[in-house]
Amino acid sequence: MVTYDAPGIGPDMSFLEMLDVVNERLIERGDVPVAFDHDCREGICGSCSLMIDGVAHGPMPGTATCQLHMRSFKDGAVISVEPWRARAFPVLRDLVVDRSALDRIIQAGGFISAPTGGAPDGNTILIPKETVDTAMDAAQCIGCGACVAACPNGSASLFTASKLAHLGLLPQGQPERYRRALRMVARMDIEQFGGCTLYGECQDACPKLISIDTITRLNRDFLKASLSEGRGAVAKAD
Amino acid sequence: MIELESKVPAGPIELKWDKHRFEMKLVNPANKRKYTILMVGSGLGGASAAASLSELGYNVKCFCFQDSPRRAHSIAAQGGINAAKNYRNDGDSIYRLFYDTVKGGDFRSREANVYRLAQISVEIIDQCVAQGVPFAREYGGVLANRSFGGAQVSRTFYARGQTGQQLLLGAYQQMEKEIARGGVTMYPRTEMLDLIVIDGYARGIVTRDMVTGQVATYLGDAVVLGTGGYGNVFYLSTNAKGSNATAIWRAYKRGAAFANPCFTQIHPTCIPVSGDYQSKLTLMSESLRNDGRVWVPKKAGDRRPPSQIADNERDYYLERKYPSFGNLAPRDIASRAAKEVCDEGRGVGESGLGVYLDFADAISRLGTQTIRERYGNLFEMYQRITDENPYEAPMRIYPAVHYTMGGLWVDYNLMSTIPGLHVIGEANFSDHGANRLGASALMQGLADGYFVLPATIGDYLASSKLPKVGTDHPDCRRVEAEVAAFTRRLLDIRGKRTVDSFHRELGKIMWDYCGMARNATGLKKALNLIPELRAEFWRNVNVPGSDAELNQALEKAGRVADFLELGELMCLDALHRDESCGGHFREEFQTEDGEALRDDEHFAYVAAWEYKGPDRTPAMQKEPLEFEYVHLAQRSYK
Repeated sequence: MVTYDAPGIGPDMSFLEMLDVVNERLIERGDVPVAFDHDCREGICGSCSLMIDGVAHGPMPGTATCQLHMRSFKDGAVISVEPWRARAFPVLRDLVVDRSALDRIIQAGGFISAPTGGAPDGNTILIPKETVDTAMDAAQCIGCGACVAACPNGSASLFTASKLAHLGLLPQGQPERYRRALRMVARMDIEQFGGCTLYGECQDACPKLISIDTITRLNRDFLKASLSEGRGAVAKAD
Repeated sequence: MIELESKVPAGPIELKWDKHRFEMKLVNPANKRKYTILMVGSGLGGASAAASLSELGYNVKCFCFQDSPRRAHSIAAQGGINAAKNYRNDGDSIYRLFYDTVKGGDFRSREANVYRLAQISVEIIDQCVAQGVPFAREYGGVLANRSFGGAQVSRTFYARGQTGQQLLLGAYQQMEKEIARGGVTMYPRTEMLDLIVIDGYARGIVTRDMVTGQVATYLGDAVVLGTGGYGNVFYLSTNAKGSNATAIWRAYKRGAAFANPCFTQIHPTCIPVSGDYQSKLTLMSESLRNDGRVWVPKKAGDRRPPSQIADNERDYYLERKYPSFGNLAPRDIASRAAKEVCDEGRGVGESGLGVYLDFADAISRLGTQTIRERYGNLFEMYQRITDENPYEAPMRIYPAVHYTMGGLWVDYNLMSTIPGLHVIGEANFSDHGANRLGASALMQGLADGYFVLPATIGDYLASSKLPKVGTDHPDCRRVEAEVAAFTRRLLDIRGKRTVDSFHRELGKIMWDYCGMARNATGLKKALNLIPELRAEFWRNVNVPGSDAELNQALEKAGRVADFLELGELMCLDALHRDESCGGHFREEFQTEDGEALRDDEHFAYVAAWEYKGPDRTPAMQKEPLEFEYVHLAQRSYK
């Protein structure tokens, strides 16, 4: 752990703007800056990924690291900043980790197979407003991995469950619903994420406030899929 | 001299694209797997194209600088996507969307391209629904719509205030399916630093692995750039911090003409700047102007809190100046109007650079719950940043750089002036003319990626007999060596100033002299300041670390070096265009009401700039524009 002084920081600065200032001063002194992932700075791309005082994305609920402002901290505080820690997320440098395991879970089934072309008119598929609103709540996942970082088991269940819920609630997602559940869960295991024992730390850490109700859905779909396709189906999922 | 041939097919406009699709050559299904296409960028354009091309059978290699393709800045688009479905029965049609877009672009776009965009818009919605994009629905289960600026019909489809996110995730998921199937190979944390042109054809790219620093060459049969816009030349913009112009700029220097670089869009509703350390500007979606009312106090210097300013002491200036469009006046007009009232001393907020976007009337008419459903996430975003509650006090907003209509020149097939180099989405110049209407960027990125490029690139591949090339080709070696030398030069300077300090200074010059209101004196001044700043950069920048590691300062340095050249081209373009049109406002050319005054007789053309070498003035070629269907008229939104 290295300690950096950060004097002259105003309350309206964002956390990452504070780190920018620290980095500028380091470069001006002839040192190398601290590397961290960031991009949109508006809480939607999922790049930023800092454990702040031991809490994924810091102290404000429903807030990504880039949306945190210094007014959330006391003047003079010593703030600890760490990368996401999980076996499935190797550290690349300083605060930057490799989260490609999350993309590989999506590759396993986080999609609806709808090749380009020949789609029917959107209004031929009627979807009740309540259904689409619930699907949208789950679809908001930004893929940041805070759920994994916050989970004592390092599980990616909330990430996987939110995509399963989004697609599994919609009529378009029905044909592949059970196959999707089997494959995505199998992939989570291959990537060495931990298992879910319903701690619930994930939903508290999630910057989009996604609910663990999605995990209940995942468990139900996975169980149904395993039973209807036979136990061998789990081993077959690649 | 570069030849500018638009290749627009002959015939009536509504038949051009269908006729072209029949006349273009096809690649036999069994032959498609013999071709490799390199896709740089994984946003709406890049991901949709990569997925669609792979589904057709081509081999695709896709590159992005972020850690995952899902981080592309398309993810941040908020308000919605237009399509000419006419579900609302309010008079919409393909022709009307085409018309609104040409007019909204202030008559500086190619009619045939825009018509095609309007035509394809309908299929895009269907494709997205099929992928599971959770567009908002009415209670009966049908797709919902809302209105957007510059249109008098309700044709925008949306997913809360996160439409870009859901559209990108739809395309990303399709691409991930193709990665799993083996049709697409993905290279994240990989930045394109140069283009390889062999015997006049774009055959590959040189990249840098952003983790190890390793420089590599990738070769293929065609190269596609879907690398987004260059708004970050202003330093402060609504772009992501990583958004950059490097891919298109390096392609420009290898022979791809750059069209209309001065056509930049300033979005009227963004959260105002709060301090010098500000790192970017946050967009507040245009969709908010469906329900919010824009106002400033009638009296200059009125510093009272908004709740104390009575209705008759407020100037709802958009409603006053533009009665038929009101708060939904197009972006360029709304931005200039905001600047005008702030310059008069009637701006709000500490800096005086802000206007109110007030929801009090909408809340009392529709209730807080409805407003929360429509804009919930946007209101939360605003509150987090400013610590003010927009359900109780009006939002403060101010214009900010948001989108770039300019970009690499492309013909009707989305091919640049370098054969084999295609450009899609915001990276190209086409379709939006001098001003982009809201909810049309998402439409263009997906039109290009799902439907246009897969058809036109097939014609290119079927028509070209490209010899096999290997990475040991002398052109590859030469370009790799040039990339390595450029990187070494940046690292060896070890000056006194940080990259960011140069970037900020450039941004200020650009905002002051090439921003919302431009004039010849200011542009000429910028054309002196920018080369000076660039010279200082190459003498005095300090890039710490080395190139054989993850080095974010080095990444930024290369991008800022490119911005220091691009900014100059933008000012040159703005200075040469002696008229006002869309987002390009020259103070010397305005109507009595202060609106943009076009000079159609002399400037109805696309300005395509050709690189002539370092420190040499680029050459400008004109592509004349003809308006057969939408008659040239002064744009009025009154």
